[in-house]
Order: sequence, then C-alpha cells, then structure tokens
Amino acid sequence: MIQPPYDSLICRRTVRLLVPMVQIFAVYVLFFGQYGPGGGFVAGVMFAASVVVDLLVFGDQGETRHAAERLLASDGVGLLLFAGIGGLCLIGGGAYLDYSGLVIPGLDEAERRHVAILLTQAGVGIDIAVASVSIVFSLWRAGETGDEHA
Amino acid sequence: MTYSFELPLLLLLLLTAGAAIVAKDLLSAVLLLGSYSFFLALVWAWLGAVDVAFVEAVVGAGLATVFFLLTLFNAGRGGIRFRRASPPLAAVVVLPVLAGLLLYAANDLPQLGDPQAPASVHVSPEYLTRAYAETQTTNIVTAVLMDYRALDTLIETVVVFTSGIACWLLLRRDSE
Repeated sequence: MIQPPYDSLICRRTVRLLVPMVQIFAVYVLFFGQYGPGGGFVAGVMFAASVVVDLLVFGDQGETRHAAERLLASDGVGLLLFAGIGGLCLIGGGAYLDYSGLVIPGLDEAERRHVAILLTQAGVGIDIAVASVSIVFSLWRAGETGDEHA
Repeated sequence: MTYSFELPLLLLLLLTAGAAIVAKDLLSAVLLLGSYSFFLALVWAWLGAVDVAFVEAVVGAGLATVFFLLTLFNAGRGGIRFRRASPPLAAVVVLPVLAGLLLYAANDLPQLGDPQAPASVHVSPEYLTRAYAETQTTNIVTAVLMDYRALDTLIETVVVFTSGIACWLLLRRDSE
C-alpha cells in the first residue's frame, strides 16, 4: 500500500518544480498538435500524469488532490465538447462532424476546419485527462477500502 | 541501409520483453514493461511515426505503468511475488515454429518507405495533397484523425469515457 505524503525532500521539491512544467508542456502539445507531433490525446495524458505524480508524492495533503477530485465531477465535458461541435455542424447545414458547416463569421472554410480541429482536440484532451485521473482515483479508493482482501 | 540503430533497439526490445516475462517479481515485470514501451517508442520515432512514438512513450511507458503499479500496491505484498509454472511442452515447440513462419511471411511485405507499397498508393496521396489546403493543418496525421476521420476519433473518445465510468462503478465501493 502506498503511504503518501512521501517523506523525501528531494522528491517533494522535484515534483513541485516538475508539475507546472509538465502542465505547460501539455498545453503546448495540445496547441502544437496541428503543426507537429502531439494533439489532444497526448496532451490529456500528460496533464493527467502531472496530477497523478502530484497525487503519488503529496497524497491527501496536496491542494491538487482536492481540485482534481472536484474536477472529476466534470466527467463527460470533453466528450460533450467534441460531440457538440459535431451537432453545431448539423445546425450550420453540414453533415455531422463536417466542420465546413460550422458557422463562424469572418472565417473561410479552411480556417473554420482549423478552429474546429483545435476545439475537438481540446475536447479529446479534457476527456482523456479526466478519465485517466478518475481511473487512478478509483484504484486509490479501492486500495483504501479493499484492505480486508489483502 | 545500415542497421546501426535498428539492431541495438531490437535487441533491447527482445531483452526487456523476455525479462518482463521471466521476472519472478511482478513489480520488476511492470517496470521492465515500461522500459519496453520506451524502447518501442524509440523504434516508432526511428521509423518516422512520430505521433505514434509520442503516444507510446506517454501512455505505454507512463500512464499504463502507473495503473499497473497502483493495482500491484492494492494487491499487497503477497500478490507481488509468485511462483511461475513452467510452460507446457506444446507452447515451447509451437511458438518458435509460428515465429519462424511469421518471419518468413514478413519477407513478402513491401520495403520500408517504398512509394509503390499498397498502403502508400491508396488514399494517402489524396490526404497528403489536399489536407493543408482544406484544413490549414500541417500535421496531416492530426488532419486525418480530427477531420477526415472525426467520427472514429469521437467513438474512441467515447470508449475512454466509458472505461473511466466503468472503473468508477467497479472499484469505488465506499461511495454509498
């Protein structure tokens, strides 16, 4: 069984330094996904990883844990964003997920697709991040309550 | 074409995979699997599939290892070590033969980077020539994933969402 908070100064300092950098890099990967390797999936997993590392080292004491547990209630927001953009395309007169139907004034068709790809990637990222952290929390809770099985 | 990178990477892959199988301690098996994923990511990057390499490094070497570790910690000390039964004779005979057959069949696969390979002449040229003009996205992989094949990606997202919900339903017994 894990017993955080992990009582090592080096570990705590490193993680405190590392977590914000990983999160910034995750956001960079999300926005850079249209120009190079990366995208919503990887960005979501990286963001989840930063939360998980914080959780493993600081445990119940960290501020991240409470924020993360509150955010878990938003499970499905990312999916809603992705599917919702598909629906907006329907309203705009196109087929489902055909981004040319997305009505954004002042943008031509290619730019509309560009924006839609970015938004749907954000949707995928949010969904992956929340689902991953949710699975980690579930395993965590199972360990806390399932001690009688061990 | 030299094999200065392929051969060491392939050897490391085989070594870590074999070590993960024969390790007596599940904890070391999990860590070996993580390093296996990392070497696999290097192979993908070397073959030019940078997006796949990125996902393999982040998910295979990172997140999956954490999931395995948390599960192992929940299993307690008794669940981590175990005695492995010796493999049945049929597996020892049949699996090497199967591996030899697959290697023999791999001879017929097109060369890496062959422009006349069936995979490169079907729809890939369409995507490569049209994707930037139609979506203003220079990473063609992203354009295919999020625009041309958006419905596939949507369903994949649904799968991940469902897995999160299923873990929550199965594992959290303290919520009531």
